[in-house]
Amino acid sequence: MTGDPVFEFALRMGDNCLVLGQSNSAWCGHAPILEEDIALANVSLDLIGQAKLWLSLAAELQGEDKSADDIAFLRDVREFRNCLLVEQPNGDYAQTLMRQFLFDAWHLPMLTALVRSTNVRISEVAEKSVKEAAYHLERSTDLVIRLGDGNDESRDRMQSALKALWRFTGELTTPDDVDQALQEDQAAPDLDEIAAHYEQYTQRVLREATLVIPDVSGMQIGGKSGLHTEGLGFLLAEMQSLQRMYPGASW
Amino acid sequence: MYAQEVKSTGKGLKTLEEMDPEERAFQEKIDANIKIEPKEWMPEGYRKTLIRQISQHAHSEIVGQLPEGNWITRAPTLDRKAILLAKVQDEAGHGLYLYCAAETLGISRDQMTEQLLSGKAKYSSIFNYPTLTWADIGAIGWLVDGAAIMNQVPIQRCSFGPYSRAMIRVCKEESFHQRQGYDIMMVLAKGTPEQKEMAQDALNRWWWPSLMMFGPPDAESVHSVQSMAWKIKMNTNDELRQKFVDQTVPQAEYLGLKVPDDDLKWNEEKDGYDFGEIDWGEFYEILKGNGPCNKERLGARQKAWSDGEWFREGLMAYSKKRKARKVAAE
Repeated sequence: MTGDPVFEFALRMGDNCLVLGQSNSAWCGHAPILEEDIALANVSLDLIGQAKLWLSLAAELQGEDKSADDIAFLRDVREFRNCLLVEQPNGDYAQTLMRQFLFDAWHLPMLTALVRSTNVRISEVAEKSVKEAAYHLERSTDLVIRLGDGNDESRDRMQSALKALWRFTGELTTPDDVDQALQEDQAAPDLDEIAAHYEQYTQRVLREATLVIPDVSGMQIGGKSGLHTEGLGFLLAEMQSLQRMYPGASW
Repeated sequence: MYAQEVKSTGKGLKTLEEMDPEERAFQEKIDANIKIEPKEWMPEGYRKTLIRQISQHAHSEIVGQLPEGNWITRAPTLDRKAILLAKVQDEAGHGLYLYCAAETLGISRDQMTEQLLSGKAKYSSIFNYPTLTWADIGAIGWLVDGAAIMNQVPIQRCSFGPYSRAMIRVCKEESFHQRQGYDIMMVLAKGTPEQKEMAQDALNRWWWPSLMMFGPPDAESVHSVQSMAWKIKMNTNDELRQKFVDQTVPQAEYLGLKVPDDDLKWNEEKDGYDFGEIDWGEFYEILKGNGPCNKERLGARQKAWSDGEWFREGLMAYSKKRKARKVAAE
């Protein structure tokens, strides 16, 4: 590991929120029903707000006089540190919801633990985000259950989404040098504990949703160290287009 | 406006003496500025006209999400992204409570949605123009929301209670929308030469369509008289258009941008601007469905609705199952 683990960690947390918020926001105006348009936009708004908090922290720690916007809009794919799960394509609404659920079920226990971080800056951001994450999980859990246990088509779609996305969940709770360094300082939780919590929660909800968790072999890992799937490049190309086209301009 | 060509009853205005007692009592209430509430008696024409007007307004909010929604994923900073997302979300919220207001008149949201998707119901012409650059997001907030406010502020005083109350809420948010649009324009106008050019280009393209939002000239606006007597339309199209021009031209000057109208000049006598001829041919073509984005806008709404059918039906199926389980358990 090179560099400051807190900086790396802030990037990971921030990039997760940014990439997921960005993807969700593309649904605005196109969701299955008006109430969903509003609710998903809310979730996206929360995530983009949280991304700003984490990336501002990262920018400050980096000490190169950069802003959260510089970090968000002027890095390329290999410098992004989000997990692979959040960069998976929107797909149909089932895939978007399942992606959200699988993320929320990790995000909430993470933030809950981070509130108690020995690093004040981390705990401040976690404190500001944790209530929103609790609402996100409540909402995505509810929808996963209702659609999984809905009719044949809704179950099939949710099951396909779970099948496509489950292999990206292992990364969320697989520790690396950064996680270990932070855990030693009690700045971040033991990911094994988060894993136990994650497994228990997702199993309970997915069972209630009548969905079957696929085989866990072949978990994909890489996002946290900048090794991404192909979709992220397109997402960034779109998100960063104005900043790239007009370097140095203010907006 | 958001409701541009609301067909009212074709008949001429009746005097109070010509009305039967029920209708007369109704009109007298309106004349005394007493609000009409959903369960009270109202003439069928009033009900129908209001359904058309409110649902057109609601549809405009819903379709209006699309041109701006285009730019959420490309907004140039995190703050701009959050503000735009919040704004477009507000539009969805406006649509929602306008649909609710219309539902009090005896039509369901599904029926209104069906009318929109089949092309039977109209929405504002303005949303059939493309958003090509980031400056268009500024221009829409400034001009389109500005024009909407011009029309909606008086509707806060309209005779139908639920519509009037919905408008009070809508107007609060719209003025925030307009400010964010003007703020985008201000930053661009003071930015690099390319940004300033982008801002001018957006004004050039959105100016005339914004003036068309107020609907046809009074002389051709056949449905206004009855609607004004019912106080569901508070000002004529031309009055509001004039007010909009008078308010907006100095704002453009402040930005250092040129309004794209060579005939625009201050008229001391009328204490307002004279302005050039609007291309009504273009307006009517758009109403007929031949605007630059009519097909894309309606297509996007149709796709969202049909792609989302499984979602809505899945939730219904779950809710039925749950009820059945509850009954079985009792």
